[in-house]
Amino acid sequence: MTFRSCALAGAAGLAATLLSLPAMADITIGIIASLTGPAAALGAETRKAVSLLPDRIGDEKVTYILLDDATDPTSAVKNVRKLISEDKVDALLGPNLISTAVAMADIANAEMVPMVSVAPLDVGGDKRGYVFRSEPSADLMVQRIVDDMVAGGAKTVGFIGFSDSWGELLLKALTRLAENKLRIVAVERYGRADPSVQAQALKVIAAKPDMVFIGASGTPAAMPQITLRERGYKGRIYQSHGVTSKEFLRVGGKAVEGAVLPVGPVLVAEQLPDTHPAKTSGVAFVREFEARHGHDSRSTFAGASWDAWLILKTAMAGALQDKIAPGTPAFRTAVRDRIERTNGLTGTNGVYTITAGDHAGYDPSAIVLVTVKDNQWRLVK
Amino acid sequence: MDQTIFVLLAQDGVTNGAIYTLLALALVMVFAVTRIILIPQGEFLAYGGLTMATLEAGSLPGTLWVLLGAGAVAFAMDLATARGGGRRLPGRSLARSAAWNLGYPLALAALLTQLPLAGLPLAAKALLALALVVPLGPMMYRIAFQPVAEAPVLVLLIVAVAVHLAMVGVGLLVFGPEGSRTTPFSDAQFEVGAMQVGGHTLAVIGASLALIVALYLFFDRTLYGKALRATAVNRNGARLMGISPALAGRLTFLLAAFVGALSGLLFAPMTTVYYDSGFLVGLKGFVAAIIGGLGSYPLAAAGAVMVGLLESFSSFWTSAFKDVLVFTLIIPVLLWRSLASHHVEEEE
Repeated sequence: MTFRSCALAGAAGLAATLLSLPAMADITIGIIASLTGPAAALGAETRKAVSLLPDRIGDEKVTYILLDDATDPTSAVKNVRKLISEDKVDALLGPNLISTAVAMADIANAEMVPMVSVAPLDVGGDKRGYVFRSEPSADLMVQRIVDDMVAGGAKTVGFIGFSDSWGELLLKALTRLAENKLRIVAVERYGRADPSVQAQALKVIAAKPDMVFIGASGTPAAMPQITLRERGYKGRIYQSHGVTSKEFLRVGGKAVEGAVLPVGPVLVAEQLPDTHPAKTSGVAFVREFEARHGHDSRSTFAGASWDAWLILKTAMAGALQDKIAPGTPAFRTAVRDRIERTNGLTGTNGVYTITAGDHAGYDPSAIVLVTVKDNQWRLVK
Repeated sequence: MDQTIFVLLAQDGVTNGAIYTLLALALVMVFAVTRIILIPQGEFLAYGGLTMATLEAGSLPGTLWVLLGAGAVAFAMDLATARGGGRRLPGRSLARSAAWNLGYPLALAALLTQLPLAGLPLAAKALLALALVVPLGPMMYRIAFQPVAEAPVLVLLIVAVAVHLAMVGVGLLVFGPEGSRTTPFSDAQFEVGAMQVGGHTLAVIGASLALIVALYLFFDRTLYGKALRATAVNRNGARLMGISPALAGRLTFLLAAFVGALSGLLFAPMTTVYYDSGFLVGLKGFVAAIIGGLGSYPLAAAGAVMVGLLESFSSFWTSAFKDVLVFTLIIPVLLWRSLASHHVEEEE
């Protein structure tokens, strides 16, 4: 798969250079993802979603240019400048991490190019006029965890998280939301590539929390849970929504049984009740996605990437109806204004209502809690 | 902190220390013989662990393509040297190069496609993983280091960094961004006094000790081992005695790759290994090697256990600053070493 996608990326790059010259009127969307570096697992999901994007919006041809940020804000900035100045993109999609997103956002804003981030960066305030996001904020997600903990009768909670900005973000959310409800009795940190988390697990167990929240992401999030279970911790363990795919279950095996986490609905699309707004679109997306990328290849990150495109597409279709030519500043501004009028757009991973005052616009009722049972994701009813 | 926790932490620290020991010894050995600070040492660990994981999943490891490619490049370079005149390679050594760089990977490819990979016993998979990763060592030396073998230490270091970056990139390509864990060599639990010792912990410590003894015997008792030691002491002198520096280099890299891949096999059941995991682990081995002054094997081993213990206990007391503490250790060590030892002029 990797060889082919590499060739695809190469072909896409070539196509981009060939097409960008004669086809001035075409729509160009620049995509930045972390294809290499520590966040490569997330970038891979965005790339999979991008490979499904249709090549037309209305009657207009769309060119996608996918560039790697190497999980590094400096390269993200360099590539965004390239996309804007050389490729004259009409909109930006991505990146995967807040750190790279923050760096990109300032440029998108200064150059007045609409950008829909797949990372949950803060999109409030005047400085983010052209910046939107499709990923729900950590606060919304952690809120669900705290509510569920309190409903489950917990009084104390232990935290083991990444010693990076993601772990910090989740800890801050937990500290704020758990105030007066739960006491945080242990806060421990670990690194993605650490050989063991024995010491941290022992310390958390020694503090005797009723439940534990693991603030990590992807497959590295399995390690603390494995160690906690090995050391005999019996309480319920919550994972964050950074755990987005089946890979986590593969690495975690038996130890992650019973883990509870809040996710965008796409991960359990088929199990959603018929009343859930994202059910139809989610199931359709998952079918198409897994037909292309294999059984159980779905992830919330792929869903969020798709939804970012959906937000752009809806706005662009509107701008085209107003007979505004792509590739012009007027088109970019029109797309931005249209995104601010996104009303109840149902994506694969949630429902979006974006206004001038709220550039995130993710409807929290779309979030679901899932648990791991028999090495499968199961919706918590 | 009570006694049980202390014992558990110490056990954890010693186990990780055993892994760091292996890497530190390999680093010291490579530096002594070739003056190369082998930054890509950790990559052998990642490749070893991930190759094992792919074999366990029952699919063909991407390492095979790397091996085939590297072998082809290494042979092409030998061929170019042979054709290029000047130092003419005799036909026999060219035939040997073809056998090792082309024949061996192809034979291994044939073997891998024929075997029912998923059904093999654990030991056979481990052997296959070693057979796939270890030859990358000599090939790496042939391709990247042999052409610049006489260059200053700094140039060699820069080449090592480049090789490291290339190997991480290739690792991402062949193994993908997600990590893997492998099955432990033993699930048994032993009661030693009041503490529980996992079978895998014993396997790690045992393998490290066995390897240290084996390396000692190799360097002390065999002709090749003595040749490597002679090269380490004085390159030109060894050359005058008929020891080929190219052979010494390839042999050292073979050993380094073996130690690296083996530590990968031991490491992968303990934690999830990613395509880029090798660097940080290798760096801790490097800290240990620095404690040994990049010259002493026993001091490097002691340093490695110290790094493991420090890491384990600092994870307990202040987990957010764990890596900071481990890497800060290098500053007092360097201070002490530079004050204690008299200044030696760089050879360049």
